[in-house]
Amino acid sequence: MATRPAELEGLPLGFGARLFDGLRRFFDGDVFYSFRRSPVTVVSFAVTMLLLLAALLAPWLAPHNTYDVASLDLMNAFRPPAWAAGGDPHFVLGTDDQGRDVLSSIMFGLRISLLVGFVSVILAALVGTLLGLLSGYVGGVLDSVIMRIADVQLTFPAILIALLIDGIVGSLLSPAARRDFKIYVLVAAIAASLWVNFARTVRGSTMVEKNKEYVQAAKVIGVHPGLIMLRHVLPNVLGPVLVIATLSLAIAILTEATLSFLGVGVPVTRPSLGTLIRIGNDFLFSGEWWMTIFPGVALVLLVLAVNLLGDWLRDALNPKLR
Amino acid sequence: MLAFVVQRLLQAILVMLVVALISFSLFQFVGDPINNMVGQETTTAQREALRERLGLNDPIPVQFVKWVANAAQGEFGLSYRMGKPVAALIAERLPATIELVLLSALLALLIGVPMGVHTGLRRDSWLSRVFLTVSLIGISLPTFLIGILLILIFGVWLGWLPTFGRGGTVDLGVWETSFLTLQGWSHLIMPAFTLALFQLTLIMRLVRAEMLEVLRTDYIKFARARGLRERTINFGHALKNTLVPVITIMGLQIGALLAFSIITETVFQWPGMGLLIIQAIQFVDIPIMSTYLVLVALFFVLINLAVDLLYYAVDPRLRVERAVAAI
Repeated sequence: MATRPAELEGLPLGFGARLFDGLRRFFDGDVFYSFRRSPVTVVSFAVTMLLLLAALLAPWLAPHNTYDVASLDLMNAFRPPAWAAGGDPHFVLGTDDQGRDVLSSIMFGLRISLLVGFVSVILAALVGTLLGLLSGYVGGVLDSVIMRIADVQLTFPAILIALLIDGIVGSLLSPAARRDFKIYVLVAAIAASLWVNFARTVRGSTMVEKNKEYVQAAKVIGVHPGLIMLRHVLPNVLGPVLVIATLSLAIAILTEATLSFLGVGVPVTRPSLGTLIRIGNDFLFSGEWWMTIFPGVALVLLVLAVNLLGDWLRDALNPKLR
Repeated sequence: MLAFVVQRLLQAILVMLVVALISFSLFQFVGDPINNMVGQETTTAQREALRERLGLNDPIPVQFVKWVANAAQGEFGLSYRMGKPVAALIAERLPATIELVLLSALLALLIGVPMGVHTGLRRDSWLSRVFLTVSLIGISLPTFLIGILLILIFGVWLGWLPTFGRGGTVDLGVWETSFLTLQGWSHLIMPAFTLALFQLTLIMRLVRAEMLEVLRTDYIKFARARGLRERTINFGHALKNTLVPVITIMGLQIGALLAFSIITETVFQWPGMGLLIIQAIQFVDIPIMSTYLVLVALFFVLINLAVDLLYYAVDPRLRVERAVAAI
């Protein structure tokens, strides 16, 4: 900032300068410092990025296109991993009962798992933050109603809520609609099971923030309450939201995998990691373990890495622990 | 005190009514119950007669009141898929789930508490590090994957344990139990451990955190200064004070065990409530789904009510806060 010409002093920065300034502050800042200092976090970050890339670039990177039914050959079914006896170097992690390459299935499955995870967390964060903001800022009857609903919901495990919503709404759809809309129902169900944590945290911070001077000042000069909430209070309560979002992502991915494993999650035509594990589970007893274990390993790696990142972020953003 | 109890009771009743309304609307919106009950050859007149007899022509509020009255007496109708009364189906499946959940809770407590005490007392020992690493993996491994791994190792590769069903049970009239035969135990142990693992890691971490907290307090320092034996301090004073939150959490976690038993029962084909509800969802068997919804809600509402009231009885600060808030 010191390098700015004197005549620009006090003027708002351009976008490029702001981005540069922000990045410099980030890399000099203590969040990045604590990131560098923690090998576990660096490894988790690398693993998460690796899995994200594998999922994003699956159509180009995956050795086979598992959605392309024409390319499947039943002669290739039940191949063990390449290093085991009878393995084929074309199928590094083996093949399933249809002759699909397990490694490619995992990469495409990761896409679905991550997609459902991200979208449901974003949805839950939006709804939860908004309700928490309203609840904390407006207070009164609205607050009681929202928080009572949150209390009741918190007593039920998230997985049970997602299962029941998914099962009930799924049963309302006709079979054709179920095939097309099931994934939206699933996302909504997982989001519905996750919004409470966001709402409670944001409500708490909002109640602290709304008594601070800058909010009082904004009120005095007659800023619209909606604008105060979104422009002034919201940016100051977002820190914890990021932490909860990260930890919720792990929960959402696990919930999706569990529901898909139970057979009520994503449709089989677009299998997620959970679906792959369920399909593989049917062949566990005949010794074809690779169809279950490899998607399972991918799932555990992803969830573990995201959990560790969330843990670190929570500590890094907590000023008391610095 | 009375006002608080009444308030909580009213809230509990309100929650149950909302859940009942959801369950009831399931019947209204999912297909035509008559179509689900009769065959193809039934004439329109017969259908109308049945509709009238079942009270399906009544106004919806009247039907709802009747439904609630029936539900309160344990009448939940017939399963679409199996044609048996839902109440009987559930009574048949309930013992399997209760035994599974009970054993899991016991396992989690009996293994989790000593592990937590050890990691709290000897923070830097290698065993503590192993326990903490294992607990991190335990939290990141989904329940169904743990079950699959156990089946693969002990069922398929080693062939030591049976992998599905309850095996030999002893019929005690209304209750079929696995606890009385060796075969029953061999079927029970893997599912119970699978279900227990997550709770176990939770309890371990909780006990550890509480122990670290308590060991810093003045009365522990004083006990040390008095020259009491390490053993007496650690177990007689420190552990005893950590157990109150552990018991509370465990009470609440029984609900989570019930939810996760759905997964465990699916993995091990354990013939309990969880398997019943999963099959009901897959076959859109509305009477079973709505009954399960009501029962689960009732269970959770009762647990919460009990915990709230217990807190109120135990913690005087809550009473003061309430009084201040009322003013």
